[in-house]
Amino acid sequence: MAIRTAHELARLLAEKQASSRELVEEHLGRIRRLEPRLHAFVSVLEESALAQADASDARRRAGRKLSAFDGVPVAVKDNICTRGVRTTCSSRILENFIPPYNATVVDRLAAAGLVTLGKTNMDEFAMGSSTENSAFGESRNPWDPECVPGGSSGGSAVAVAAGEAPWALGSDTGGSIRQPAALCGIVGVKPTYGMVSRYGLVAFASSLDQIGPMTRDVRDAASLLQLVAGQDRMDSTSAPRAVPDLEAAVEKGSFKGVRIGKPREYFPEEGLDPEVRDAVLRALELARAGGAEIVDVSLPHSPYAVACYYLVATAEASSNLARYDGVQYGYRNQDARNVVDMFSRTRADGFGREVRRRIMMGTYALSAGYFDAYYLKALKVRTLIKRDFEAAFDQCDVILGPTSPTPAFRMGSKTSDPLQMYLCDIFTISLNLAGACGVSLPCGFSSSGLPIGLQLQAKPFAEEALLGAAAAFERALAADTAREPAILSGSA
Amino acid sequence: MALTPQDVRHVALLSRLELGDADIERNAEELSKIFAFIEQLNGLDTEGVPPTTHALPMSNVFRADEVRPSLSPGEALANAPRQAANCFKVPQII
Repeated sequence: MAIRTAHELARLLAEKQASSRELVEEHLGRIRRLEPRLHAFVSVLEESALAQADASDARRRAGRKLSAFDGVPVAVKDNICTRGVRTTCSSRILENFIPPYNATVVDRLAAAGLVTLGKTNMDEFAMGSSTENSAFGESRNPWDPECVPGGSSGGSAVAVAAGEAPWALGSDTGGSIRQPAALCGIVGVKPTYGMVSRYGLVAFASSLDQIGPMTRDVRDAASLLQLVAGQDRMDSTSAPRAVPDLEAAVEKGSFKGVRIGKPREYFPEEGLDPEVRDAVLRALELARAGGAEIVDVSLPHSPYAVACYYLVATAEASSNLARYDGVQYGYRNQDARNVVDMFSRTRADGFGREVRRRIMMGTYALSAGYFDAYYLKALKVRTLIKRDFEAAFDQCDVILGPTSPTPAFRMGSKTSDPLQMYLCDIFTISLNLAGACGVSLPCGFSSSGLPIGLQLQAKPFAEEALLGAAAAFERALAADTAREPAILSGSA
Repeated sequence: MALTPQDVRHVALLSRLELGDADIERNAEELSKIFAFIEQLNGLDTEGVPPTTHALPMSNVFRADEVRPSLSPGEALANAPRQAANCFKVPQII
């Protein structure tokens, strides 16, 4: 059966061609069939999903649907708290943690009648670019299960690409929505910082984290973002401003009159796969042919973004992750006889290698004697990076570049060298430092049949321009991106 | 900037992470490489550049100080590894 978007499912429900129970059962069936090979989920919520579907069907029968998407299933990354449902962050330390409250985004999905299929796998505490850092085993790329799906929202990307869920929520701290979206051939949006409430999102780096949609097309991305966005009194960093009509922006999306910035730093001579470069530049030519104006711009400090990020993000993480001490919730090492040993053994047992490494990096960057040289220096470089974007957005409406320097890479090929893994995010990371918004969408395939992602970036709260341009690219590239992973036809 | 095993031991203590000798050695090597990469920031002149701690220009977000429903003791303790008398129970502190 063809894999459908959330909008297509909503239409089936509206026209009474399918019930929510039928749609949920169809997705659960695909989950049962594919999970042994893909492992997109940490928890599949079969029983509660069917109960939610029945409730939705009853609402529709009574003429009281909660939204156009009432009864449409969704998957949620496992760092987003769900009341009464295990939320692990793919970490041993939270393996049995059952949140007593919902994240605001989860409440908003429920208020729209969506059905939660399950919690998706991720790099532990969202630290990674391959989903190989999950304590519960890696997820695999549906286009080639020997390759990684990207990360950290790898499970959400796999679930959507393989039709295990029509759409999903992820989180993006340095590229964790956009990079797996690119590697799995789907759409992923990193909203402006403050656009979506972080209440109930397990904190990694609080000044960078943002929840966003991962979907099969731009229209679904606009709709899912519309559902979860908006100020929340439970998150004082959520922005006090109205959410624009994103679905209308997608409908109107066009290249006509759009100024597209092409930063030379996003097309380096070295460190960018030629097939990725060609696919992105081809898309740029389609935009030019469609009436867009191409502007050469520069983001001169972007080569420093990875170094800056790994100080800012790890410093914040070392503080945020101090709460995992075995006292109030989560794993505890029961052998220690005094409380400090209990903290230190709990954390050594409960955190995986990458999380331990990042906690130590951040602690070191903040420690006496190094604070000015590392952390404060990074905050000043962050200002330079932010100013680069401000100057570039004076000249253009959106910035275009690759999402990831390469298509999906082989499992295990970067796990022994943390720095190589960090460089996967070289084109995505500066956007988080600047607090702006971005999207990755499919723009073609490599010669080995792996998806290639195109990234668009726009200034803070310019989601309408961002998604409008993304919709124009999506239409122009439709013929180049219309493929399904072989694993879905059962031949792989 | 190379980190010695003693540096890593100190950082591990500050981080409350009990690491074995092999882990200390390995992290000294890996963290040294990462901080050597980070040294590139020193090539940038940041004289007079203000630090950015937050992406949006927001400060002092206030709300009314009102009592609202919150977790019951039972809910707050539900995930506790050990509890006693409506408290979190931990090993000896002093």
